Amino acid sequence: MVGQFILAAAGEPGWFDIDKLPVFIISLVSIAIVLYTTFHRKSREKYQVREIAGLKAVEEAIGRATEMARPVLFTPGWGGDIQRPTTIASMNFLSHVAEKTALYDSRLVYPTHDPVIMTVAQEVIKESYARAGFPDRYRDDDVSYVTSSQFGYAAAVDGLISRQKPASIFLLGTFEAESLILAETGNSVGAIQIAGTDSTIQLSFFIVACDYTLIGEELFAASGYLSNDKSILASVRAQDILKVLIILYLIVAVVWSTIAAMNGGTTDGWWSF
Amino acid sequence: MDRKLALGICFIFGVIMFAQYFSQHPMARAVNQAVLEYWQIIFAFTLLVGVASFMKSSFRKMRKPSDRPYQILGLLGLISMPVLALVWGIKAGTPFMWMFENVQAPMQATVFSLLAFFVASASFRGFRARSLQAAILLGAASIILLSRSSLGGIVSDYLPPVAEWIRNNPSMAARRAILIGIGLGSLTTSLRVILGIERTWLGGSQR
Repeated sequence: MVGQFILAAAGEPGWFDIDKLPVFIISLVSIAIVLYTTFHRKSREKYQVREIAGLKAVEEAIGRATEMARPVLFTPGWGGDIQRPTTIASMNFLSHVAEKTALYDSRLVYPTHDPVIMTVAQEVIKESYARAGFPDRYRDDDVSYVTSSQFGYAAAVDGLISRQKPASIFLLGTFEAESLILAETGNSVGAIQIAGTDSTIQLSFFIVACDYTLIGEELFAASGYLSNDKSILASVRAQDILKVLIILYLIVAVVWSTIAAMNGGTTDGWWSF
Repeated sequence: MDRKLALGICFIFGVIMFAQYFSQHPMARAVNQAVLEYWQIIFAFTLLVGVASFMKSSFRKMRKPSDRPYQILGLLGLISMPVLALVWGIKAGTPFMWMFENVQAPMQATVFSLLAFFVASASFRGFRARSLQAAILLGAASIILLSRSSLGGIVSDYLPPVAEWIRNNPSMAARRAILIGIGLGSLTTSLRVILGIERTWLGGSQR
C-alpha cells in the first residue's frame, strides 16, 4: 500500500493523487473543525445567529396565506436532486414551513421535478403535520411530481401559481433558467415570496423579483435558525471559523504576492494550488 | 433498524466517494463509474414512482371541472409519447420524433422565451433609484447595458473599460464572497449527512 502511494508521486496511477494533497489537507482541516464544533460540548453551549429578514418573514408569509384562505406554494427548483446540499437544506426549511401550515390549517402545495425529492418531501411534510398534532390535515395530492423537463416544470408550476393564486411562495433549492419565470409569475399574483438558491446568477433574479432572498450560506443557516437545532447551529459556527481561516489565508497570500512582485519575483507561489 | 441501515449505507458510500476523489488508481475510477451507473439505474426506477404519482394526482384533480382540460392534456402527453416510441421507434422521421420536434420542443422554447419579457419587467422594478444602494445598482447596470450594446463605444471610449472593471472587480468580489459561503454551507451540510447528524433526507424529523 505504501508503495502504491509513492508510485503516485512518480507519475504512476497510484492510490493517492499527490496533486490533490493541498485539497486533501484542507478537507481534513475542515472536517476536523466541523466535528469539533458539533461534538465538543462546550463549543455547543451558546449560539447567536444574526437576524435574517427572510427567515423572520416565514411566519408572516404563512399567516397571510391563512388569512387570505389561499395555499402556500413551496418548490425546490429544477436544478437539483436529493444528494445536492441545497436540496437537503431546503428540506429542513420545508419541515418548519409544513409544521406552521399544519398549525394554521393552511394548504401546502409542493410541486417537484424529481420523484426522489417528491418521496422525501411527502415524508417530511407528513412527519411535520404529525409533530404539529394534525396528521389528518396532510393531503397526499398536494405533494406531486410534475415533469423532469425544465420548461415543462416551469410551465406546470406557473400554471399552478396562476390557477391557485398562492398567498405565499417559497422558492428554495437549486434553480436554473426557470427561476425568474416562477418568481415573476408569483409576483404577478401578488404572493409574498421568499427565495434562496446556490446559483449566483439566479440569486440576482430572485433579489429583484422576490420580497426576501436568502443569500449564500443563509439558506444553509436557515434550518438551524428556524429549528434551533444545536447540531445544525454547530455547523454554522464551523462555517464561521472556516470563513475566518479563508480571510486570513487571503490576507497573507495578497501581502506575500505583493512583496514578491515588488522584489521582481513572480506572483505565483505556495498560495496558488 | 431501517433508518440505521440507510444511515450506515450513506456513511460507507460517503466515505468511499470522498476517498476516491483523491485517487487516480484504476480501481478508484472503476468504483466511481460503477456508483454513477447504479445511480442512473436507481433514478430510472424512481421515475416509475413519479409517473404513478402524476397519474394519481391528475385523476383526482380531474374532479374539478376547471382543472379537467389541463389534466386530460397532461395525461395524453404522458401516454402518447411512450406509445409512439414503442410502436414506431425513436429514429428520425418517426411519429415520436415528429411529436418531439413539432410539439414538445416548440412548447419548451415558448416557455423559455417568456424569460425575455420577465427580465424586462423585473429590471423595470429592480432598477428604481429609491435608495443610495438602488441608485448605485441602477448606475452600474446602465453602464454594463450600454457597454454591451453597439452604443457603448459611440457614447464614450471610457465606457467599455469601466464596464469591464465593474464586472471584474466589485461584481466578481461579491460573487466570490457568496460562492465561498455557499461552498462552506455545502461542505458542512454534506458532512452532516455522511455522519448521520442530518437525517431530514430520510423523511421525517431531524431529531
